[in-house]
Amino acid sequence: MLIKAIGPILLGGRALPARVAGLVGLLAPALLAALVAINTFGSGRSLVIDERTLGVAAAGIAVWRKAPILLVVVIAAGVTAGARALL
Amino acid sequence: MAAGAEERGHRDGVRATLPLSIAVLGFGVSFGVLARAAGMGSVAPIVMSGTTFAGSAQFAATSVLSAGGSVATAVVAAVLLNARYAAIGVSVAPYLTGPWWSRFLHAQLVVDESWAISAEGGGRYNPRVLLGAGLTLYAAWVGGTTLGVLFGNVIGDPNRLGLDAAFPALFLGLLAPQLTSTRSKQAAALGAVIALALTPIAPPGVPIIAAGAACVLGWRR
Repeated sequence: MLIKAIGPILLGGRALPARVAGLVGLLAPALLAALVAINTFGSGRSLVIDERTLGVAAAGIAVWRKAPILLVVVIAAGVTAGARALL
Repeated sequence: MAAGAEERGHRDGVRATLPLSIAVLGFGVSFGVLARAAGMGSVAPIVMSGTTFAGSAQFAATSVLSAGGSVATAVVAAVLLNARYAAIGVSVAPYLTGPWWSRFLHAQLVVDESWAISAEGGGRYNPRVLLGAGLTLYAAWVGGTTLGVLFGNVIGDPNRLGLDAAFPALFLGLLAPQLTSTRSKQAAALGAVIALALTPIAPPGVPIIAAGAACVLGWRR
């Protein structure tokens, strides 16, 4: 809540210094990519390649083909569940 | 679609957001299910959706918790992921007028989607569209979370349904539109490498926070 409010309440009108804005703008892609990597390959403290890898790869294709995000998630879950049931 | 000179109002915000709201509702349901599976109980996820109202940060915190990370690392990861809202908030600040409490409440309704819909081009934002869009998304998000929490146990073991792969897929979908420049792609690649490299040696959650260091790529220029 505070993070969202800090701009409109304190900084009304003025812009962030360009250097800081550059940093903040890269936080989201860096963290999201880290979340993708860890949730795909992480299993506790080890890195594994399992059914999730297939699901996320399918999701990657869906994202690349500009599928809506809900469909992307459903594809990933479906492929993973399918792989788990078959393998 | 806007009628020429006529200014857009609250209703335009609601209308533009409705198709998106269905996706957000589904999103909210999956958050409720996953948060419950991560051991957050049934009240906490709903309260979190009602107060935080930021999907990616909430999913990030949940994924840290379900991997066995501490509450502190989950919170830091969520706050870092939400840091972009400081920048987004600054961009809409000039168009939010009125007393401080009104600006505070408007600011809570700023999410990626309502922000994008309220953009008038040329760096201007429409506060009425922002309010309409934000309220619609808010109702969908909190309502979806409640449904997910209530009916999550009907669904059963989330891993059997491949819901553990839903997390990375979701983050991938959120990441793609952020990769607009070479620098953001470099930051994403570096963030992923840092996170994977630290996973075997650091406690759960820490690798994700450390990956935030990749944003130093934005410092020089």
